[in-house]
Amino acid sequence: MSVPPTALSIRGLAKRFGSKIAVDGISLDVPAGSFFGIVGPNGAGKTTTLSMATGLLRPDFGTAVVHGVDVWARPLEAKRLMGVLPDGVRLFDRLSGEQLVTYAGLLRGMDKDVVAARVGELLAALDLSGDAGTLVVDYSAGMTKKIALASALIHAPKVLVLDEPFESVDPVSAANIRDILDRYVATGGTVIVSSHVMDLVQRMCDHVAVVAGGRLLAAGTVADVRGGVSLEERFVQLVGGRVQTEGLEWLRTF
Amino acid sequence: MVAHLLRLKLALLRNGLRRSPWQLVGLAIGGLYALGIVGTCVAALLFLRQEDPLLAQTVVVLGGAAALLGWAIIPLIASAADMTLDPARFTTSAIPMPQLLAGLALGGLIGIPGLATALAALATVGTWSRGILPAAGALIGAVLGVLTCVVLSKVVTTATASLAATRRFKDVSGLAFMVPLVLMGPIVAGIAQGAAGSGAFLTDLARTLSWTPLGAAWSLGGELEAGHPGAAALKLLIAAATLAGLAWCWKFLLERALVTPPYAGSTRRTGGRLGLFGLFPATPTGAIAARSLTYWFRDPRYSGSLVVVPLLPVVLAFQGSQTGNFGVITIAGPLTAFLLAWSISSDVSYDNTAFALHLAAGVRGVQDRLGRALACLAFALPAVMVLATVPFFLTGDWEWLPAILGLSLGVLFTGLGLASVVSARYTVAVPLPGDSPFKKPPGNVAQTLAVQFGGMGVLLVLTLPEAALVIAQMVTGDPAFGWANLALGPMLGIALFVAGVRIGGRWFDARGPELLAQLTVNR
Repeated sequence: MSVPPTALSIRGLAKRFGSKIAVDGISLDVPAGSFFGIVGPNGAGKTTTLSMATGLLRPDFGTAVVHGVDVWARPLEAKRLMGVLPDGVRLFDRLSGEQLVTYAGLLRGMDKDVVAARVGELLAALDLSGDAGTLVVDYSAGMTKKIALASALIHAPKVLVLDEPFESVDPVSAANIRDILDRYVATGGTVIVSSHVMDLVQRMCDHVAVVAGGRLLAAGTVADVRGGVSLEERFVQLVGGRVQTEGLEWLRTF
Repeated sequence: MVAHLLRLKLALLRNGLRRSPWQLVGLAIGGLYALGIVGTCVAALLFLRQEDPLLAQTVVVLGGAAALLGWAIIPLIASAADMTLDPARFTTSAIPMPQLLAGLALGGLIGIPGLATALAALATVGTWSRGILPAAGALIGAVLGVLTCVVLSKVVTTATASLAATRRFKDVSGLAFMVPLVLMGPIVAGIAQGAAGSGAFLTDLARTLSWTPLGAAWSLGGELEAGHPGAAALKLLIAAATLAGLAWCWKFLLERALVTPPYAGSTRRTGGRLGLFGLFPATPTGAIAARSLTYWFRDPRYSGSLVVVPLLPVVLAFQGSQTGNFGVITIAGPLTAFLLAWSISSDVSYDNTAFALHLAAGVRGVQDRLGRALACLAFALPAVMVLATVPFFLTGDWEWLPAILGLSLGVLFTGLGLASVVSARYTVAVPLPGDSPFKKPPGNVAQTLAVQFGGMGVLLVLTLPEAALVIAQMVTGDPAFGWANLALGPMLGIALFVAGVRIGGRWFDARGPELLAQLTVNR
């Protein structure tokens, strides 16, 4: 087969909150086995799009299909294929880190012994073994992100959807997470990450989509989208909104 | 600068009110309540003008000392310190310390407790307006006393800021506060009885307190009226020194707090303890039950109800001892059944957006509903059985046991079934995760009231058969109705429980994303 199969295919997704159109008809194909970045300014509709694609937010229009399974027609089947790290949601933080990841595994109906073995490995890989018994409410922001990531990985999903996975994670942990994700992609998994850190996406991802104002501005391989310039420069060209730094003369008069 | 700080405080108050009309309603209710109390205090203080100076002195000093203690203790245990002008936020503004202190102290007076204290204190001027000198003394005393209240509360909250910021302290203080609140009736009655029988003791207590920092400021008017200018001068010195000392402490603590922000550290713990997850079956339902039960013990918003349950028979028994009729204590069983079963009707609201995990993991509605209900049942069933039985050791009319047991079990199972339906569909405004159980929750109060009262109304209708049998025994005196209830209660209850879990599960499957969207509004 010359064309790789599609891991996630979304068609005409749209969502309106009151009078504000958050997502205005986004269609996107994420090839299986790709490391796919979604970039966009604050309020671009990244989180809304990913929530609709993962079955957390019902779209007003459009469909999302994961490995041939319609997310909104057969939600339980589709959710089995996906691991989700949503942004801006709480965790059951009165559980210890170990309990939380175990809980996520058991909720998926996994076998007890498999869960126990995977929890140990995941916590070790994410450098959380020393805090496995600490309540998540006492974790730092970066540790909370990591434990949420472990909860998304526990059932070995075919597609990982990570919303802002590197926010407030320290550089060493971020590198460890990147290694885990790279190996996951190398063995055929698909990773979709949203971020507004362009350098990170350029280094890490092989495909990228640029979203702004609820619309898709560009999508394709990273090389195609950036077309010779850096992703950041290309992003600014596409999105616009740079303010020419004139004025503020007084800032130099101290 | 002081005026700036006061204007800032007023602007914060005004903008807070502008956010939602319900905030205004809340302030109005609180204001009316305070106005009632203050009005009573002011009227009583003015009335004391005609009374014996010794009695007036006793009341004013004891009341003032109580106010001081209240200002020191209540913000601490209620985790309700007013942090709108949190000094930490001014760290980068380089405000001179004296002006910051003055601004924060006067800012502390803006708000219901501050105004109420100030008004009541000024009313003592009325009490002592029996001559120019006593009135002037009372005025100076009132000003000193009110300022001492505010500064003392600032000293306490600043000193304990880093302690109060730890999660464990917040959890425990919230629960500890619950006990006196539930036992309020018996406590107040006990104090009133004690005070009525010991007038002389109170006079002595007031005289002693008036020589301590707690009472000195409040006793100035009385001393001048009694013609003791020397004692008044000495007490003025004590009161002024108290205020100055507290202000110095506050300045010292604040200077230190501004450069060392509170550090909420905790000990690291390695794993290996799965707790309840090891005890429950390793299925989605079992895991949800284990998680919910863990929360009943670890989350103060849940464990608050657990503190109330054992206190309930105490309050009822007290009620019984007052009237000499212990019959009222037999409702402990049905009441506990109702309280515990109904508490899971806001389960999903308590989860807040953490609920996204259930949704993302594709948990089926029936599993979610059943897991939560079983967790509650795990301790509610024994608790209800015990509390339904124990009162009869006190009253002795055992022929009522079957009827009450049947009613309690009926209410428990029916309530759990109904709560499983309600929490799958409706969210209510509850304190956010990590907040004090007493904190006013954000969100739609009207919907909360509608859901709560509507649900309770439906529960009342659903448990009518059990109630009818209890009434039948009451009217005919035939214990056969009681035995019939013991069979009917659990049977009807379990049938409704199964139906509730099924219906709730179906609604959950159909509307999970909408439920999460409702929760997102209040995160």
